[in-house]
Amino acid sequence: MRMGMTISEKIISEHTGRDVKAGEIVVAKVDVAMVQDGTGPLAVEELKKLNMERVFDPENTILFIDHASPSPRKELSNAHNILREFSKKTGAYLSEVGEGVCHQRLVEDWASPGQIIVGADSHTCTSGALGAFATGMGSTDVALAFALGKVWLRVPETYRFILKGRLPEGVYSKDIILHIIGMIGADGATYKAMEFEGEVVENLSMESRFTITNMAIEAGAKTGLIATDSTTKSYLEMRGRGDKFREIKPDPDAVYEKTFEIDVSKLEPVVSFPHTVDNTRKISEVEDVKIDQVYIGTCTNGRLEDLRIAADILKGRHRHPDTRLIVIPASREVFIKAMKEGLLEIFMEAGASIESPGCGPCVGIHKGVLADGERVLSTQNRNFKGRMGNPEGFIYLASPATAAATAIEGKIADPRKYL
Amino acid sequence: MIIKGRVWKFGDDISTDHIAPGRYFHLRTNLPELAKHVLEDADPEFAKKVKPGDIIVAGRNFGLGSSREHAPRIIKIAGVSCIIAKSFARIFYRNSFNIGLPLLTADTDKIDEGDELEIDLEKGIIKDLTKGFELQSQPIPPFMLRLIQDGGIEEHIKKYGDFKVEE
Repeated sequence: MRMGMTISEKIISEHTGRDVKAGEIVVAKVDVAMVQDGTGPLAVEELKKLNMERVFDPENTILFIDHASPSPRKELSNAHNILREFSKKTGAYLSEVGEGVCHQRLVEDWASPGQIIVGADSHTCTSGALGAFATGMGSTDVALAFALGKVWLRVPETYRFILKGRLPEGVYSKDIILHIIGMIGADGATYKAMEFEGEVVENLSMESRFTITNMAIEAGAKTGLIATDSTTKSYLEMRGRGDKFREIKPDPDAVYEKTFEIDVSKLEPVVSFPHTVDNTRKISEVEDVKIDQVYIGTCTNGRLEDLRIAADILKGRHRHPDTRLIVIPASREVFIKAMKEGLLEIFMEAGASIESPGCGPCVGIHKGVLADGERVLSTQNRNFKGRMGNPEGFIYLASPATAAATAIEGKIADPRKYL
Repeated sequence: MIIKGRVWKFGDDISTDHIAPGRYFHLRTNLPELAKHVLEDADPEFAKKVKPGDIIVAGRNFGLGSSREHAPRIIKIAGVSCIIAKSFARIFYRNSFNIGLPLLTADTDKIDEGDELEIDLEKGIIKDLTKGFELQSQPIPPFMLRLIQDGGIEEHIKKYGDFKVEE
């Protein structure tokens, strides 16, 4: 009898032409492959060494310039040109300076249910919210996927997260995923796929779902997945890609290695303290922590919904005089919409510096590198020592609402009093 | 395959930001230069101290964080022959085997910095020559071992023209 399958097993089976089960190492076809400016040049170099400078499907091979974008120094400008030349040579799509963060661009225009997506960036798992098996790998893996259109994979076991209850006001999907990572640890799901389901997930917007799957890697997971539903369908239709919708869900008798049931009704806003993502605290347990810089943006929380939440709190208010505020919409399209809605004006009037779409200060290269001893509260996904360009800096992670409240008060603040 | 070397010991949760800090992003197209900063945010003197053949021994979740393959590559360029940890982050694990850097998973508590180790990669046996004890690591999956024997995925592809995952 055929065993019930998880979403990962189903998608990988379709891409290997036979039924696979967790634990097997297989070779699977790839639908979309991408690199970014930090990992792409090494991928191109590898293909040159192998004499395989070609791509399996130019329309689904993407080179993103987002990490150091626009380039802050000549070495990186030269690295960008390696990608531009490769794009000209092979026809691979080049996502230029200003187009936005790779993971946001992928969900806008490429990622679709049932696909296998490999990216030379750890947060490639973001696309899993659309029912795609999307996972981060190294440059060489993705280089080979470019040339061969396939990849070797270990079929992951799955941890199932059933989210129940009613999300309280002021608590968002970011708080849910930080809570989960705090609960299971930064290696709590290493090598596993995480499937998120339940009434809470069903009621989340696509944008909120992306925040959850984006951070699966922060628990060590290979990917995060959400079954497709009417929200997925509407999102794809809104993107002009309604034809890409298909039903992706686990079998009712799928075999899970572990199941977690979480009631979100009692959750509070959550903050991750330095220097690991699993070092979480409830906002009520956070004492006075002065913050020098607030960053609202990134592939985790730089979408329109996030900017709306932050703008609602910042409207008519001003950042604390000792706290810098940096806002970066995750993509050009998000930027334009935020501009049309007047959100950017609200941020500017609140004293923010708005930068062009891209990763911004999250990757520690530009647009807000920390000084020694400084503390930043950011909506990004990761707070490792040195992450934002200075090992003497301290990074706190939270939702856009908590970030906005913190910018106003100059110390970590509970957003619920502003709602 | 026998590996012999001296131990450098690290703790839990050594991230790719400790190994290849983001502030040296511009050196990613110059790996020998980037290797001069390897593990700088975990031990600022490491790049100066490490000798060819040395072994890194660490705690849990070594290599967590970004997909940057530059991290295992500069560890290899610095001369490290093998990493033993209680556990590894997934992308780092994959990247290391792809570039021909072997990793072993074992309980590392009893190994100290400066110990001399002798490792039998195929058998997964770790001998602490300084202290005179032996550890059994978790077995390396056959395909991963083949990648090490081939010298990494690049050589593997040159040899077979494709991925050869079957045993």
